[in-house]
Amino acid sequence: MNLADLFTIVATLAGLFFFVAGTLGLLRFPDVFSRLHALTKADNLGLGLIAMGLVPQAASVFDGLQLVLTWIFVMISGAVVSFLIADYGLKHLADQIPVNTESQQTQQGKRGQDER
Amino acid sequence: MSMYLTLITGLLLLTLLAGLGRVMRGPTAADRMLAAQLFGTVGVAVLMLLAIVQQQAALLNVALVLALLAPLTLITFVKLAGKRS
Repeated sequence: MNLADLFTIVATLAGLFFFVAGTLGLLRFPDVFSRLHALTKADNLGLGLIAMGLVPQAASVFDGLQLVLTWIFVMISGAVVSFLIADYGLKHLADQIPVNTESQQTQQGKRGQDER
Repeated sequence: MSMYLTLITGLLLLTLLAGLGRVMRGPTAADRMLAAQLFGTVGVAVLMLLAIVQQQAALLNVALVLALLAPLTLITFVKLAGKRS
């Protein structure tokens, strides 16, 4: 087993692990915005690791390049789509927006003391 | 190597089946949008693996077309869902 096959095995295993982690986050996180985090970050990383792991196995340089470019395209389109989903969530799902009132009030109090 | 990659493909399809649980349970439309995004990404990964296993470079073209069409579907979904509510 040469180095290319070892790299393929390690990278695709890591990619599968990140896919499973992202899907687990999608199933178990409490609200839409945290599920969006899990999906956009972990799943795209898993796809990237699988694509990188398959590049040594590709039949030609063009196929390897096509793998990498497809991954880059999925990342960019995933960024745009996740922004759209978050926008929809902010407009129509107001009860799931995370609000952290205590730390905001503490920071406003500290800023008032510094300016005096 | 091809047996190992086929095993990885099978496990990816199992995670896709698990993601269907969010489609069934998801209380809002945004959760179903997320599951559609998951389908797109896992579909691209499975197609890449199958292209290497079966030595068919055409499946890489299919993966690219899926990567192009999935955000199109999701943009339509978001705009229609925003217009309806």
